[in-house]
Amino acid sequence: MSTVESWHGIAAEEVEEIPLAWTGLLRRRTRHLLGSLGAPHRRALIGVATAVLLSNLAATAIPYLVGIGIDIGIPAVRRGDYVPIAAIASAIVACALLQALLYRVFVAGSGRVGQEILLELRERVFAHFQQLSLAFHEHYTTGRMIARLTSDLESINEMFALGLDTLVNAVLSIVGVGVVLLVLDLPLGLVCLSGFVPLWFLTRWYQRESSAAYRNNRTAMARVIVQFTESLRGIRAVHAFRRQARNDEIFGQLSEGYRLSMSRSFKLLGVYWPGIVLIGNLTTAAVLLYGGVRVIDGAMQVGVLASFVLYLRRFFEPLAEVSQFYDSFQAAAAGFEKLAGVLDERPGVPMPAHGAPPPAGGWRGRVDFNNVRFGYRDGIDVLSGFDLHIPAGQTVALLGATGAGKSTVARLLARFYDPLDGEVAIDAVPLTDLAETELHRAVAMVTQESFVFSGTIAENIAFGSPGASQSEIEAAAKAVGLDSFAESLEGGYDSDVGKQGSRLSAGQRQLIALARAFLADPAVLILDEASSSLDAPMERQVQSALATVLSGRTALIIAHRLSTVEIADRVLVLAAGRIVEDGPPGELLAQRSGHYASLYEAWRESLL
Amino acid sequence: MTEAEPEQDAGSYRSLWRLRSFVRPYSRQMLFMLACAALAVAASTLIPLVLEAVIDGPIRHGDRAALVPMFLAALGLGLLEAGLIVARRQVQSVAVLKIEREIRDGLYTRLQELPVEFHDRWQTGQLLSRTTTDLGTIRRFLGFGAIFFIVDGLQYIAVMALLIVTYPPLGVISVLTTLPVIFLAKRFGASYSRISRQLQDQQGDLATLTEEAATGMRVVKSFGRGPLMQERFGSSARVLRGSALDMVRLRARFWGWLTLIPNITMAAAVLVGGIAVAHGSLSVGALVAFTTLLVLVQFPIIDLGWILSMAKEAATAADRVCEIFDAPLTVRDRPGAVALPSAKGRLAFEHVGFTFPGTRAAVLRDVNLVIEPGETVAIVGLTGSGKSTLVSLTTRLYDVTAGRITLDGRDIRDLEIESLRRHVAMVFEEPVLFSMSVRENLVLGRSEACDDEIEEALEMAQAGFVRDLPWDLDTRIGEQGLSLSGGQRQRLALARAVVARPSVLVLDDPLSALDVSTEALVEESLARVLPTMTGLLVVHRPSTVALADRVALLQEGTLVAAGTHHELMNRPDYAAVLSVERDTTTTAS
Ligand SMILES: Nc1ncnc2c1ncn2[C@@H]1O[C@H](COP(=O)(O)OP(=O)(O)OP(=O)(O)O)[C@@H](O)[C@H]1O
Ligand SMILES: Nc1ncnc2c1ncn2[C@@H]1O[C@H](COP(=O)(O)OP(=O)(O)OP(=O)(O)O)[C@@H](O)[C@H]1O
Ligand SMILES: [Mg+2]
Repeated sequence: MSTVESWHGIAAEEVEEIPLAWTGLLRRRTRHLLGSLGAPHRRALIGVATAVLLSNLAATAIPYLVGIGIDIGIPAVRRGDYVPIAAIASAIVACALLQALLYRVFVAGSGRVGQEILLELRERVFAHFQQLSLAFHEHYTTGRMIARLTSDLESINEMFALGLDTLVNAVLSIVGVGVVLLVLDLPLGLVCLSGFVPLWFLTRWYQRESSAAYRNNRTAMARVIVQFTESLRGIRAVHAFRRQARNDEIFGQLSEGYRLSMSRSFKLLGVYWPGIVLIGNLTTAAVLLYGGVRVIDGAMQVGVLASFVLYLRRFFEPLAEVSQFYDSFQAAAAGFEKLAGVLDERPGVPMPAHGAPPPAGGWRGRVDFNNVRFGYRDGIDVLSGFDLHIPAGQTVALLGATGAGKSTVARLLARFYDPLDGEVAIDAVPLTDLAETELHRAVAMVTQESFVFSGTIAENIAFGSPGASQSEIEAAAKAVGLDSFAESLEGGYDSDVGKQGSRLSAGQRQLIALARAFLADPAVLILDEASSSLDAPMERQVQSALATVLSGRTALIIAHRLSTVEIADRVLVLAAGRIVEDGPPGELLAQRSGHYASLYEAWRESLL
Repeated sequence: MTEAEPEQDAGSYRSLWRLRSFVRPYSRQMLFMLACAALAVAASTLIPLVLEAVIDGPIRHGDRAALVPMFLAALGLGLLEAGLIVARRQVQSVAVLKIEREIRDGLYTRLQELPVEFHDRWQTGQLLSRTTTDLGTIRRFLGFGAIFFIVDGLQYIAVMALLIVTYPPLGVISVLTTLPVIFLAKRFGASYSRISRQLQDQQGDLATLTEEAATGMRVVKSFGRGPLMQERFGSSARVLRGSALDMVRLRARFWGWLTLIPNITMAAAVLVGGIAVAHGSLSVGALVAFTTLLVLVQFPIIDLGWILSMAKEAATAADRVCEIFDAPLTVRDRPGAVALPSAKGRLAFEHVGFTFPGTRAAVLRDVNLVIEPGETVAIVGLTGSGKSTLVSLTTRLYDVTAGRITLDGRDIRDLEIESLRRHVAMVFEEPVLFSMSVRENLVLGRSEACDDEIEEALEMAQAGFVRDLPWDLDTRIGEQGLSLSGGQRQRLALARAVVARPSVLVLDDPLSALDVSTEALVEESLARVLPTMTGLLVVHRPSTVALADRVALLQEGTLVAAGTHHELMNRPDYAAVLSVERDTTTTAS
């Protein structure tokens, strides 16, 4: 059985967050994140804290009242006076009502704050993921992104759902009870509080160990999610190539990894929690001994000892609960840490918020690549010293062998990546100066992979053009020849395409992607093998639609079928990242021994 | 977006109960945990009794010496309680997590078995949230909720019994004042179920949106539509928050009630007990112990709040998990299915019809086609005519809905799927690569393939570029193969099918992303390979048609003609599909 690593292969760069030294209770950036999330809720938090404080005061009063009932109420009844005991019982009821009401306010209030924070965090992380570059996402992987936004956030949610009230509640009741204990009887109170010394050391130990354990849990879970999403996305290949057994084995290893990691954090809590219980019990026993002696010596009343023991319960029981809270807190902190790490990631292709304005009179569509160098991996340049100038309105066909770098040129122009050296500009404005909305008013691209979102056909076509009307959508569909198919469906343009377009054929998906780009109507249109899965008549229709759509527009068309070239004003042949031929198609064809001429010849032959 | 409607009896414990088969192997551990928990609670319950003994005994008699054994008893009980918790947690950290793992692995295995048709419908995010979040919920219920439900119940009963024994009138009052808890639990339980199911489904929807935003990142970026995705995500997240707030409010109300009840009981105890002590029918020590015991039932009652929510959440989570286990395995081995050790590769479609589940119009109708061993047939047709659907039937990605497909004369549904798929290898129109090493991607269909065979396949598919990758065959391919160019992906997918050494090779438009010269080279080597097996190609270009011995023309799901390319050339519909008229390709020459 091979290990997880060997099938996985070697990756160039893997973006694993490297844990920095763990300083203080929380790492700086995590603390910063928490602070910024909590700040807007300061007033609500104060209100909630007040509610729980009062609720605890009310709760703490009850055992005290019980003590009074025994020490004062009973002798009064003996004297035939029932008023004190009735008054005390009523006071207990009043406290109970007050406590329940305030507690309810507290639970609702703190829950609301928790959910607001969670929503804010969710949206913030999602927005940040949107801003991060493709280069980042390629290494980070979809699965990890999903893991961050689901299971990591879930761990934080759990803290809010289970933990927060326990913590505040417990801390207050511990402080409250602590004070009462000291007031009731100072020496005995001190005995109780001495339990905090071992508690402190125990907690320090747990903090250190569990934060490492929980960090592991998050990573292990992310691995499970990565494998899960990827194998389900490729389910057709999994079935066709009988990959199930091997996948089960791999998944089994990963989920065993998660189990072991979880098991470690479980075991840690399995020491910490009983440790606290033990400290509490030892203290109780000590109180019993010492308090008994003091009562016998007449230094203390029996009632005081009774309420002492009652209070002790309220003292250590919450402490044990705090240990559970602390556990969910550590889990959440690990989640926070991962999210803070993502939020700390600087976008590799930063878009200015307020970029350069479009040229007066709108975008014309002149494209310049000035001495561009680019490579995906260190040391391997796909393009170097690349120069390309396309006058506004020109339709350029980009040809070349597979892997020559055609898509790379297209991606640089759509600013998926930034060049390592040199610059790409439209109408003399460098792409790096443009805000995102402006950039995409200037350039839009149909990628090689025609992705369709779950939803309706109309929604998908209108994806790039917010506010497009139904008739515009239908016109775009008609232009590419999607109209007859869409209209043949029961729901017409509002038919559901299924999960990521699963109800469409490959060609239909491509037509949607094309219609989407036509409707978006940018100054520069890039088509990266946008008609490769179409049948010939369909392609012809797209060709003629292109001829109209592209008039007066700059276009960069990548295609292997040279029929596309017919509408091009200019042909570029790319080989190993260099332009080896450049000119109008007719001219290039005339050079008998040229690349284009031979490509063209081969293509004509391929038509039979 | 959620596929399955919540069942009518959502939140009933039926699904949870069904998962018991996963728990059964660990029933001893579960019982051990229960025993530890119960004993620990008993130990902590006994401590107040020691207090009573101390107050009524040594203290009343001023007997210092008698204090010591009492102290030791309290100490012993305290140690015992902590020890029992340690024991329970250690067992729990193994057993419960193993149960969770087994359910998770079981789900994954099941999901992989479920047919493509299931995955066409179900969003990955929904499936994911069931495999992660929901299983966590179930685990938590098994580890805490279930155990403490029993322990707290026992504790409640025990304490109440003790109270009744201590002083019957007061005991009865205590029982009566705490009984409303049961009605509360009933009332809130139904709402808990509804909201927790809602929450879980919405979590799945959010995961789905996330997955889609990540997978469609390139489209989003090329149109600068991050804001749209943000808005979609945001509104879904707000819906989720809405349900979460409903849950918070519900919890607040329920918990408020639960904290009230024991305190009211306490007031009654002080009133009635105090009077009883004054009248001499109860000792002070007994009353103190009584109130202490009452504090002890406070916890089981308050605990009921989270136990109930945990139980309801686990029940709806189990519903969601069972929906996956219950999804029909429509494509599976029939009873008596046989393995086919070797296949000659005669593939025949007999009156094949196919309709996608949930749709009315048939995509394929009465398709008849026989492909002899060694023969290659090309399927030609317009976009959406059903070509991909037809070829995907051959490996039972879907099952025919009419007629049958036979391999060497046997209905493919009578063959073991494993063996059928060993003989039939596919290349999909969109190459599916996984983020693993190039080698692992290539040997997907036959893990025993040796280096020479891989070499040969790479050569055939013109995929020599892998040699230039940083770690050669061991380089990890990025997710979905996106670190490769389109043509590179397609050639790897082709090489993979060849490595599998199938009897039947099914290629769905396999060369669409290749440039003309690479395409010519690949075709040349395909022409050498294809005669050794049965070939079924989906083809858009005339050049690829040349690889086939015969061509079949598919029109709106029916085979309208079959024959050699030259025979069909005369048909205008055929010529139109392949554009052999060259009517549009004349500007340059
Ligand atoms: N995301 C990436 N990470 C690493 N390398 C990449 C990435 N994308 C492309 N490459 C590599 O860069 C080179 C150029 O790829 P590109 O996609 O530009 O080729 P192409 O000319 O468009 O080819 P095709 O016609 O096959 O689509 C290839 O060798 C490819 O493996
Ligand atoms: N899962 C599905 N549910 C419902 N309808 C579907 C599903 N998959 C495909 N279809 C429909 O079935 C028809 C045939 O699709 P298929 O993918 O077989 O076409 P194709 O001939 O391969 O087309 P292309 O050349 O574009 O690949 C199409 O109209 C498509 O919309
Ligand atoms: Mg198809």
